[in-house]
Amino acid sequence: MASDRIFGLVVLMGALAYMASATQIQTSFLADPVGPKAFPMLVGAVAAISALVLIFKPDPDPNWPVLRTFGSLGIAVIVLICYAYALKPLGFIIPTAITAAILSYQISPRPVPAIAAGAGLSVGLFVLFKFALGLGLIAFPHGWGG
Amino acid sequence: MDILANLALGFSIALSPYTLMLAVVGCFLGTIIGALPGLGPSNGVAILIPLTFTLGLDATSALVLMTSVYYGAMYGGRISSILLNIPGDEPALMTTLDGYPMAKAGRAGDALVLSGVASFVGAFLATVGLMLLAPMLARVAFLFGPAEYFALYLLAFCTLGGMASNNQAKAAIASCIGLGIAMVGVDNNSGMPRLTGGNLHLMDGVDFLVAIVGLFAIAEVFFFIESHGKETSIGVKLEKVTIPWKDIMATKWTMLRASGVGFVAGILPGAGASLGSFLAYMSEKSIAGPKGGFGTGVPKGVAAPEAGNNSAAGGALVPMLTLGVPGSGTTAVLLALLMTLNITPGPTLFTDRPEVVWGLIASLLIANIVLLLMNVPMVKIFVKILSVPAWVLLPGVTMISFVGIYSLSGSYFDLLLMVGFGVLGYFLRKLDVPTVPVILGILLGGHMEDALRRAMVLSDGDATFLFSTPIAIGLWIAAIAGFVAPMFLRKFLKKPQAVTD
Repeated sequence: MASDRIFGLVVLMGALAYMASATQIQTSFLADPVGPKAFPMLVGAVAAISALVLIFKPDPDPNWPVLRTFGSLGIAVIVLICYAYALKPLGFIIPTAITAAILSYQISPRPVPAIAAGAGLSVGLFVLFKFALGLGLIAFPHGWGG
Repeated sequence: MDILANLALGFSIALSPYTLMLAVVGCFLGTIIGALPGLGPSNGVAILIPLTFTLGLDATSALVLMTSVYYGAMYGGRISSILLNIPGDEPALMTTLDGYPMAKAGRAGDALVLSGVASFVGAFLATVGLMLLAPMLARVAFLFGPAEYFALYLLAFCTLGGMASNNQAKAAIASCIGLGIAMVGVDNNSGMPRLTGGNLHLMDGVDFLVAIVGLFAIAEVFFFIESHGKETSIGVKLEKVTIPWKDIMATKWTMLRASGVGFVAGILPGAGASLGSFLAYMSEKSIAGPKGGFGTGVPKGVAAPEAGNNSAAGGALVPMLTLGVPGSGTTAVLLALLMTLNITPGPTLFTDRPEVVWGLIASLLIANIVLLLMNVPMVKIFVKILSVPAWVLLPGVTMISFVGIYSLSGSYFDLLLMVGFGVLGYFLRKLDVPTVPVILGILLGGHMEDALRRAMVLSDGDATFLFSTPIAIGLWIAAIAGFVAPMFLRKFLKKPQAVTD
């Protein structure tokens, strides 16, 4: 019950904020009868109404994982964000090996297979992408052995 | 005979050694993707689109490759359903009901081969239906103006929300999320940026591929972290594989009926393959009666949902190709593929680029035959691949997703956005909010708004223009019925729950 109410509230807030920012859209001199504001307003309104329905008629709660699992999900998200930033400056192989190993460890917490999976995936996928599919990936940061 | 001439054109494109090779590769990859638990057809096709794009294949080759993957994944889904009792995607759920008990009774090989044949029959008949029906519908579609298109898009959202989800409000929210995201970026009519929050990266809007890969593939990784991959239990052992001629003959009428039911369900915009396999299974169950033993592992219970599922997958291509409105999650992903390749589905596709349409249809027929030939003798190899552990598979999927999206734009921002969509997808699925309407919203949002605005330009701002033609009125009625009716029908049409050990 509570989860759906919170979700409804979040959606309601989001929809109102969306409509508020839609009112700020600049219209140009080439205006058509509808203009660029109407459709976003309509979408926001439908979302707001649906959110109200959800707040008043919520479904039973899903099975949320325990706090610890949320912790590891949070770590996974942070790792993926770091990976997104690292991919360009640090090349493919090192960030991929680290990220894949951490994700692997989180799915099945055994260190040695996780490290092996990380290293194997990183090298294997690099070879696949670079040589079989011809994508322009960089293996290592610039200046490492050319 | 128009159809034969067109088909000859299609085969002249699809039968070249190169495209044939692509079809075989696609079928093989697709079967693996479908068989791996946690990588359904939508996921698989989604993570492969960016890669296909960067490979620089031309439109027809890319289309052949990806439709083979799509059909292959539909085939492969049944392997994990039958052996592990884990449906690879939602439509495969019905196959577990009788497939898993049959495998437990020591007839795993028979169940696999029988479901392969049923898939073939369903997909083959659906492709024939597609050939007959699509050109006709394309002719009707020429009568569609902007008002009709607006109503049609609405119908797609309504039926998808009404039939494929458990709560209409949640489906509506999902559609709105998608439509809202589609509005971000430069407005086509006025050339002004909208809702970008001043962020330059958002001026181009949100790429639907980023959203699809995030919502499907990255969210899946989070689910596996939550469950620690425990659900990937090793199920039933596979002994000798022979062809069960007796069962195939005994289920031939079941397959034909289920294909018909599935095809019709697939054509409905938004209903798709889940409804197809569900209706096929339920109708066969009621025909067989309580003596039929459905749910205990009877061959008919395996053949019906597989034929229905694959036939619906073919049927879903009809509205997708002729009207640009996908009928299911996977066809939404295929629509994304077409849009990436700069092909706009719609009635003009049939007249302007017949080589694409008929090449696609011919490659579907080829993929079907390849799959049947490949699956019966090679089923053991695919079963081996099933034992890839989740702790190797899911990190691999993540990396492939990252490389795919990264190679599209080379920007870290898209990667961040993809992770964001992954988190969103996790919470939406936890809360039982369907994610397919989000995708559909992002894909169709721009077109839907365009249709509305063009209609209003034509009528000079008169809103009643939206209901001015019989076709438009019919679509509006269907849309409202499709959204409201399932609320009352839900009591009677309860989905059977998966069998538990």
